[in-house]
Amino acid sequence: MDTQTLIYFFVGASFALYIGIAIWSRVESTKEFYIAGGGIHPVVNGMATAADWMSAASFISMAGLIAFLGYDGSVYLMGWTGGYVLLALLLAPYLRKFGKFTVPDFIGERYYSDTARLVAVVCLIFISFTYVAGQMRGVGIVFSRFLEVDIDMGVIIGMTIVFFYAVLGGMKGITYTQVAQYCVLIFAYTVPAIFISMLITGNPVPQLGLGSELADGSGMYVLEKLDAVLVDLGFNAYTERTKSMVDIFAITAALMLGTAGLPHVIVRFFTVPKASDARTSAGWALVFIAILYTTAPAVGAFARINFIDSVNNTPYSAVAEVYKNYEDLGLVAWKDKNGDGVIQYSAGAPFAGKPDFDGEKRGASGERTVTNAPTENANEAYVDRDIMVLANPEIAGLPGWVVALVAAGSLAAALSTAAGLLLVISSSISHDVMKKTFMPNISDAQELRAARLAAIVAILIAGYFGINPPGFVAQVVAFAFGLAAASLFPAIIMGIFTKSMNKEGAVVGMLAGLVFTFSYIVYFKFVSPELNVADNWLFGISPEGIGFVGMFVNIGLAFFVKRFTTSTPQDVQDLVETIRVPSGTGGAHIH
Amino acid sequence: MSEQPEQPDQPENAEAARGRAKAYWRANLKLLGKLLAVWFVVSFGFGILLQPFLDQFQFFGFKLGFWFAQQGSIYVFIVLIFVYSYRMKKIDREFGVED
Repeated sequence: MDTQTLIYFFVGASFALYIGIAIWSRVESTKEFYIAGGGIHPVVNGMATAADWMSAASFISMAGLIAFLGYDGSVYLMGWTGGYVLLALLLAPYLRKFGKFTVPDFIGERYYSDTARLVAVVCLIFISFTYVAGQMRGVGIVFSRFLEVDIDMGVIIGMTIVFFYAVLGGMKGITYTQVAQYCVLIFAYTVPAIFISMLITGNPVPQLGLGSELADGSGMYVLEKLDAVLVDLGFNAYTERTKSMVDIFAITAALMLGTAGLPHVIVRFFTVPKASDARTSAGWALVFIAILYTTAPAVGAFARINFIDSVNNTPYSAVAEVYKNYEDLGLVAWKDKNGDGVIQYSAGAPFAGKPDFDGEKRGASGERTVTNAPTENANEAYVDRDIMVLANPEIAGLPGWVVALVAAGSLAAALSTAAGLLLVISSSISHDVMKKTFMPNISDAQELRAARLAAIVAILIAGYFGINPPGFVAQVVAFAFGLAAASLFPAIIMGIFTKSMNKEGAVVGMLAGLVFTFSYIVYFKFVSPELNVADNWLFGISPEGIGFVGMFVNIGLAFFVKRFTTSTPQDVQDLVETIRVPSGTGGAHIH
Repeated sequence: MSEQPEQPDQPENAEAARGRAKAYWRANLKLLGKLLAVWFVVSFGFGILLQPFLDQFQFFGFKLGFWFAQQGSIYVFIVLIFVYSYRMKKIDREFGVED
């Protein structure tokens, strides 16, 4: 079978599996819809959490980011895994013991206030929609590249699939499809990585291959070679830090704290039977995540070596077919500055901004004509970092079924995360806004209908953003983590670890953290992007890392306000006592 | 298993139960403190603050600080969570509050 047929077969088979699971796991109560009935085995939940967490960004973009950032890319590796230690030690067991359905549920009850609940809902919706738009876009890109349908059609197909299992099966359907999606995506990620590690180093384990000698007989280590080649081409050495230490520190911290404060990740731990299961389950989640996250830096380094080898000083006419495919999609471009027909790749942008192609016009060597004015430096090649994972198997000349697997895997990564996000959005609307705040008298069946309706609306909005992406999707990723770190995370932690934090303190803290972080990011990203340089930053911290400072703003103001306001009622202090001990977890229930 | 008989209805036992809950929470916080210290040291310490210093040491084909930042810290994170889960199970049983 040719590669294209294989791709249709793999993607089609995986979709059939997801829909099958959706039909098998239809739900009839809100408890099943919100938290899958609360009886999910901790290892199963760990696997579902891993798929929930690892998005299109983890699967498609992260290795490419690391390939181009080198050591600086470590912020993503440590930041997106270290948060699980915080989840397991500081949040998950206590929230499971609390035994409700949503994150705003906890905030609302712990701070005995509907205002606190609604502020938490606002944070949740902002964080989750930011995220989900990116997933839908990822689905569209994968469809357009691998299945030759246009991006909009890809988004619609993706929406339909998510619609099936999120609306019919709620958390229960999502949990079991996420398990299937984890298997698809991890297989799809590791198989090409093993092949490439074998080719480059002779060691089949990518994590070890990254620290091995090259198989080309040069006797050099992979990272040593990469450092040497990059410095030679005018780049920074791969293993050297280029951002300031304080910024690396703050970004890592913001990503860790943000991870621990993401509602769609937290609710996964509401689905296990006991508080002690929540601890183990977080451990399993990190095991399953680490398989991808420790492979990614190897994939990144190998991809960079492969890319330089296959492009630099290669005549355009001799370059691999896969580059021409990506050139057709506008993700790769070449401007022959010295007119020699050979691609020269080195440090610096080949031209300002993204390539602006002159329709289908071709240059002297057959390349697509780029109309951007060339820059002074010698670099002629433009490459979008996102192609690194998608194109890697083809660049390395791997068989067609591996390419097909990567297509199915990247769709699994995007769909699993999108579904988890849509569920927390819909349950916060039907449960927190409707049932708990404005319409307390609706029945369970009515609440379930509302949850399904909210899920449908959320899918349509997400699809709209997927088809008409706001230009700033990539830039607002910092929002999701920064806001979670500065708003929800401290509110939850203070709710568990202090008995005295009251509603006034918590509400002021959340709003202050939210407004501070939001304004800082908006100011540097949208209002005055020209000022977005280290000299103007607060303490030298970039917008990506400002959530770390936002957390201190939140906590500081919360304690300040607490001193001058009424103390926490006795029944709330008793509630805190109860969630601190695991005994008597019981099932989640509605009051 | 709990050594003390559970009779929450009687006031002196309620007092004892409160004391036990306090001691349980202290034991939990102590364990948390130790594990979070390790968490901080391997990531922010070895991977970031001490990375320039550790990079002078070679660990297989890696510079040591770079290895902690891109591989080592993640492995330690996993161990930390399972150690916490295991130790807490024991503490839960010791204080008779297991679920």
